Amino acid sequence: MSFWLPHATTQAAEVDYLIFAVVAGSCAILGLVYGSIILYAIRYRAGSKVARYGASEKSWGIEVAWTSVTLLVFFGLFIWGADLYVRLFQPPPDALKVYVVAKQWMWKIEHHGGQREINALHVPVGQPIQLLMTSEDVIHDFSVPAFRIKHDVLPGRYETLWFQVETAGVYRLFCTQFCGADHAQMTGEVVAMAPPEYEQWLEQNGTSGSMAKQGGILFMRYGCSGCHGGNGIGGAQATSAVQAPPLTGLYGGPVPLEDGSIVTADESYIRDCILLPEKRRVAGYPPIMPSFAGQVSEEDVLKLVAYIKSLAPEAPP
Amino acid sequence: MSAVIADTTKHAKSYLTDGTTIRSWLLTTDHKRIALLYLGSITLFFFIGGIAAALIRYNLIAPRGMIGSAETYNRLFTMHGVVMVWFFLIPAVPVTLGNFLAPLMLGARDLAFPKLNLISWYLYILAGAAALYSLIAGGVDTGWTFYTPLTTAYSKGHVVATIVAIFIAGFSSIATGLNFIISIHTLRAPGMTWYKMPVFLWSLYATSVILVLATPVLGMTLLLLAFERIFHIGVFDPAIGGDPLLFQHLFWFYSHPAVYVMILPGFGVISEIVPAFSNKGLFGYKFVVWSSISIAVISFLVWGHHMFVAGTSLYSALVFSILSFMVAVPSAIKVFNWIGTMHGGSVRFDAPMLYALGFIGLFTLGGLTGLFVAALAADVHLTQTYFVVAHFHYVMVGGMVSAYFAGLHFWWPKITGRIYPEIWGRVGAVIIFFGFNLNFFPQFLLGYYGMPRR
Repeated sequence: MSFWLPHATTQAAEVDYLIFAVVAGSCAILGLVYGSIILYAIRYRAGSKVARYGASEKSWGIEVAWTSVTLLVFFGLFIWGADLYVRLFQPPPDALKVYVVAKQWMWKIEHHGGQREINALHVPVGQPIQLLMTSEDVIHDFSVPAFRIKHDVLPGRYETLWFQVETAGVYRLFCTQFCGADHAQMTGEVVAMAPPEYEQWLEQNGTSGSMAKQGGILFMRYGCSGCHGGNGIGGAQATSAVQAPPLTGLYGGPVPLEDGSIVTADESYIRDCILLPEKRRVAGYPPIMPSFAGQVSEEDVLKLVAYIKSLAPEAPP
Repeated sequence: MSAVIADTTKHAKSYLTDGTTIRSWLLTTDHKRIALLYLGSITLFFFIGGIAAALIRYNLIAPRGMIGSAETYNRLFTMHGVVMVWFFLIPAVPVTLGNFLAPLMLGARDLAFPKLNLISWYLYILAGAAALYSLIAGGVDTGWTFYTPLTTAYSKGHVVATIVAIFIAGFSSIATGLNFIISIHTLRAPGMTWYKMPVFLWSLYATSVILVLATPVLGMTLLLLAFERIFHIGVFDPAIGGDPLLFQHLFWFYSHPAVYVMILPGFGVISEIVPAFSNKGLFGYKFVVWSSISIAVISFLVWGHHMFVAGTSLYSALVFSILSFMVAVPSAIKVFNWIGTMHGGSVRFDAPMLYALGFIGLFTLGGLTGLFVAALAADVHLTQTYFVVAHFHYVMVGGMVSAYFAGLHFWWPKITGRIYPEIWGRVGAVIIFFGFNLNFFPQFLLGYYGMPRR
């Protein structure tokens, strides 16, 4: 255990520079405040024979001076912190996606290839990782101090967090949002490995199929294919007796909604369509899709989303 | 000196000796007596909250805990938070020193509504009884912030009783706030213009404005929380169609201004004491009073800084960050002006002044560490850790409690007609300053290393 918290990501060092700069600035101000209190306490103590000014000092000049200096310094700090924050929360488009489902009191992780783990997250170094996180019950928070990042994990929606680990190692993971009795035990570890070792780990933990493939099976089992057609090609009066939008090529594209607005079909949108179909209904289709809220677990929803994402725009017949 | 004081109490009827029956106290509408009733009751709650704090620290001695289950620990820190925030910090200075001194400083016979003043005490007692009931019945395990859906759907504690307690305490706050606002507007002595008012009255005024405007929002939020918990009406829980972030917005819309409810009266006390013991007028009176008013206004616009990692939009985070820096400026101005007051003065170091200097020292540290959590990227690392625990204890305990003790010592002779032993007063001030730092400074480091708070 070293004195310094390790810098496992490039941004960790940047966050530390900001923190240390504020520490340095605070020490300067603290020195000024404590120094002048001590100085005046000694110099102007009752009974000391020192020249004193009259009580009617003009204060405007000095007030304006220290107010504007304070403002200026604060504005600089704001810009610094905000710039870094914006980068911390904008994932690069090529990030490797990993799925996190939190519940009282454990972390469930699912990889693209279908590998699953609990209270541990294996990632390759040198590659941006984007977590797509949701909770089955209350609000949790995914926090890795060595990465200097954290983000709340909310029930009912997807939150994302990204990082790129530079140094291989094992880093502690905490839940930092109070989530009930065993909140303090809701910990885990992030294992960052060199890419070849990571590939090896994925193989050793290989499963019955990727998330998308498992999602495909669920797509049949939950009856989605009954309306949306096999392989999600969409339904029409002629083929499946109901009119349902095609799902091929849906992911990432624009979707015109019934209320006239247009949304991008990201994971959150697809999730909402499954669980809350009335919330953002696609234009031109009747409101017949039933809600699957309470019937599909968060993990199954993620698999369905992965399957729908995998449906290429021009699927071969 | 003491002989003189003894003489006057023997001859003139004081508010202390004017009627000695319990009835004469419980049905009094005299602002001085109500101040003492309040002093007794908030002291009781200060001890209850303090016992919870001591047990928390005791439990933390060993990694696995000293007093049993995690459940017990969670109930302890929740009770500590609830009692300290709503039954000590928020009322403390206004209802004791404020009640006692405001009419004297205004030159009025009493506050504008003496009966309302007494009612506010009874509401406080009723609320306190509800809080004690929930404590004795087994407590509540949600944390003082009551985040949903943990509170509405998962907690097994006595959530509703606790909410009822806070809801009623809110009405006590509103009554007190209204009384001060109206008294300051209408009961100033002839010739006392706004800029001739003692600066303590200005800070009471700023505090009261926040109390009256923000507390109803808390009341509504808690009502919604209770409805969701009892009747399962979906407001905050996404499983029944609610939005969990909505609760945080509403809660912090009250609770951030409430932080200034706690500290503004403290500023007022310090702004009276530093000049008194520097034998010199307050430096920059107008800047000090207008910084109180601007804190009261801006404090309503910074609630989102509690939610930088909660899942709000990037743009709202940027706006709340810059506004949080803005609200720190008036506090900095005050600190500089207190130091400016000492400059060229003739400074004595009696107990109240030692407490006041301790206040400036601890509050400055608390304020500066606020900059870390206002700067967005630094907040991402430090929020929800012990860093935040240390930060707000520096402001609330280091700052506010020091100011409260400073005020109690300063006006003790005025309130009781007696003088406390000076040496013990000074010893107390010094022990609190160093003991506080010993207790809370290491928590900044723990937080930086990533230790989560509970």
